[in-house]
Amino acid sequence: MELTGADIFVRCLADEGVEYVFGYPGGAALHIYDALYKQDKVKHILVRHEQGAAHAADGYARATGRPGVVLVTSGPGVTNTITGIATAYMDSIPLVVFSGQVATSLIGDDAFQEVDAVGITRPCVKHNILVKDVKDLASTIKKAFYIATTGRPGPVLVDIPKDVTAHKCEYEYPKSISMRSYNPVTKGHPGQIKKAVDLMLAAKRPMIYTGGGVILGEASESLTELVRLLGYPCTNTLMGLGAYPATDPLFVGMLGMHGTYEANMAMHDCDVLIAIGARFDDRVTGDLNKFCPHARIVHVDVDPASISKNVPVEIPIVGAADGVMREMIKLLKTSKKKPDKEALAAWWKQIDQWRAMNCLDYERDSKLIKPQYVLETLYEITKGDAYITSDVGQHQMWAAQFYKFDKPRRWINSGGLGTMGFGLPAAMGVKLAFPKATVACVTGEASIQMCIQELSTCKQYDLPIKIINLNNRYMGMVRQWQEFFYDRRYSHSYMDALPDFVKLTEAYGHVGMKIEKPGDVEGALKEALKLKDRLVFMDFITDQTENVYPMIAAGKGHNEMHLKPCKAVVPTDRELA
Amino acid sequence: MRHIISMLLENESGALSRVAGLFSARGYNIESLTVAPTEDATLSRLTLVTSGSEDVIEQITKQLNKLVDVVKLVDLAEGPHIEREMLLIKVNASGNMRDEVKRLVDIFRGRVIDVTETMYTIELTGTSNKLDAFIQALRGAGIVETVRTGVSGIARGEKSLRV
Repeated sequence: MELTGADIFVRCLADEGVEYVFGYPGGAALHIYDALYKQDKVKHILVRHEQGAAHAADGYARATGRPGVVLVTSGPGVTNTITGIATAYMDSIPLVVFSGQVATSLIGDDAFQEVDAVGITRPCVKHNILVKDVKDLASTIKKAFYIATTGRPGPVLVDIPKDVTAHKCEYEYPKSISMRSYNPVTKGHPGQIKKAVDLMLAAKRPMIYTGGGVILGEASESLTELVRLLGYPCTNTLMGLGAYPATDPLFVGMLGMHGTYEANMAMHDCDVLIAIGARFDDRVTGDLNKFCPHARIVHVDVDPASISKNVPVEIPIVGAADGVMREMIKLLKTSKKKPDKEALAAWWKQIDQWRAMNCLDYERDSKLIKPQYVLETLYEITKGDAYITSDVGQHQMWAAQFYKFDKPRRWINSGGLGTMGFGLPAAMGVKLAFPKATVACVTGEASIQMCIQELSTCKQYDLPIKIINLNNRYMGMVRQWQEFFYDRRYSHSYMDALPDFVKLTEAYGHVGMKIEKPGDVEGALKEALKLKDRLVFMDFITDQTENVYPMIAAGKGHNEMHLKPCKAVVPTDRELA
Repeated sequence: MRHIISMLLENESGALSRVAGLFSARGYNIESLTVAPTEDATLSRLTLVTSGSEDVIEQITKQLNKLVDVVKLVDLAEGPHIEREMLLIKVNASGNMRDEVKRLVDIFRGRVIDVTETMYTIELTGTSNKLDAFIQALRGAGIVETVRTGVSGIARGEKSLRV
């Protein structure tokens, strides 16, 4: 039987096993929305802004490992998703974005709500395709899911003109797909793996540094086994948190600009660095000329272009992290050579000395609420088992430092692009995927306002997310940089005229709380978590002068950390009033 | 160092802009670029000349290979190869320069393909260096217009780039 393009579209999603589509209707997508109305297999979540759709699908993908799906209309519908697509692209998140397009006969005519969607998204997608004929629709959708989810994952956009959704053809969803121009390597080269294992066993001061690739590649188990087998210190990037259990003694914390002293010093002093699924981002490496000056480097990555991009590598291994580590484990178990116990003991002694600096310590008897205290308490109350999404800024760094993630896919944040406004919509995607889990969005008063309209979506679909708003009335990270690097000229980083968040939340039909004293933090969190079926917005009025420590300033090396938290010098609300 | 990167592309709309976009987005430079369909209508052959350190060229080839529309790719500069570029040039050819220009065309083994009383239009094929030298030699005559195709290249011997 012949089906319309719109019906084919919906059948394809159902056959692909898509559970949720995050979207927003409009002219060019109306045939598709009509087809969605007539079925009940694929559930549509109506967001309040298309950026929210992309972030929600992204959050869903990060938490589940399955591709997130977005459906928007042409023109502003698709341009509004760009920030979300770029966010997913930078963090290699599998997303399939469908955009309506004006009819093929109108393309290029500057028609109403026409935009060159393929052109405008090209720099921030893994691939994109304009479907010109309904006969190509099903195979293109299959291709989009295949490309988005294989190799190094990423967003794929499929642009569908309105007439294509009206035309009819026979429906058949391809079972599999093969492309002559796209065949990602997955299996690591055995010779290279052998060489890497030999180097790992010869190490005196080894360091294992892993990133988001371990999580995307479902390789946390093999990483944990590998690290424990070797007894080597392990650090995770911001994107990699949870890949190795944070409460394990072999874990030395996050590395990089706001990483721990022990992780960064161990990076600087190590003689063998084993990098897995990490991309040597500038926020991780600091000054490349001062990066790991003594280390011979092994790099495992599924994307060959990530290897030796920023840092030259001695032993490159192109392959999926899980398979490569399993091979390493096999070789290690059968090898006659074992890690150098004596050297390792001396290395750990050194690391423990660095650890003893207690670099994340903060003032615990303050009369003001310390943001670190809120996160530490959140961690304790949720027993480390919540899904935490975050926005971007100081609160993001504190969440990364103080919430110890023992499991992968629990820490959901925009690492690469650093997108303010990501946290709340991402939390919606997570909550839909795991309705019984505790999902908290750690945010600040600046970030939350960038996608706050999604509180309405949360009401419509009963998504009882807990929002932890660390409200310091400043764009805290901007303020921190202005304090350190711009002679305390706080240019436009003070957030004046904030809304009453409690009233605002209540207006959206949720529960709002304002917490102003450290003594009330624990009680408020407990109370909010008890309200299992309500979204609770907790507005924590925090110390405005708090800075994120430790810190490596841009252009400095891992051994040049600012450690001592000194009191920030900033005008407070009262002085500004 | 100068490299000639030659690739087979899916003959799809937008494939060329993916390649061009990659170069501008990552700050690589393109000295010349030429593209046309092959004997297989589903494939285009694109040749581009770029320069950079070994590290940069390695990144360029890796990034190009990542593009879904790029089927296969070779850096011709890595082995023996033949490269050609074609030049169409219009020069003043009046008075005593008329014979001088014709002599230069013969020396460079070019062809005069269109003539007016005051002008020659010349076709010349060769390596980019040869074309540069020819243009240099014609400077005195008064160049009116130049059109270059950009470099095409192919490996010597049995080696070939095919699917």
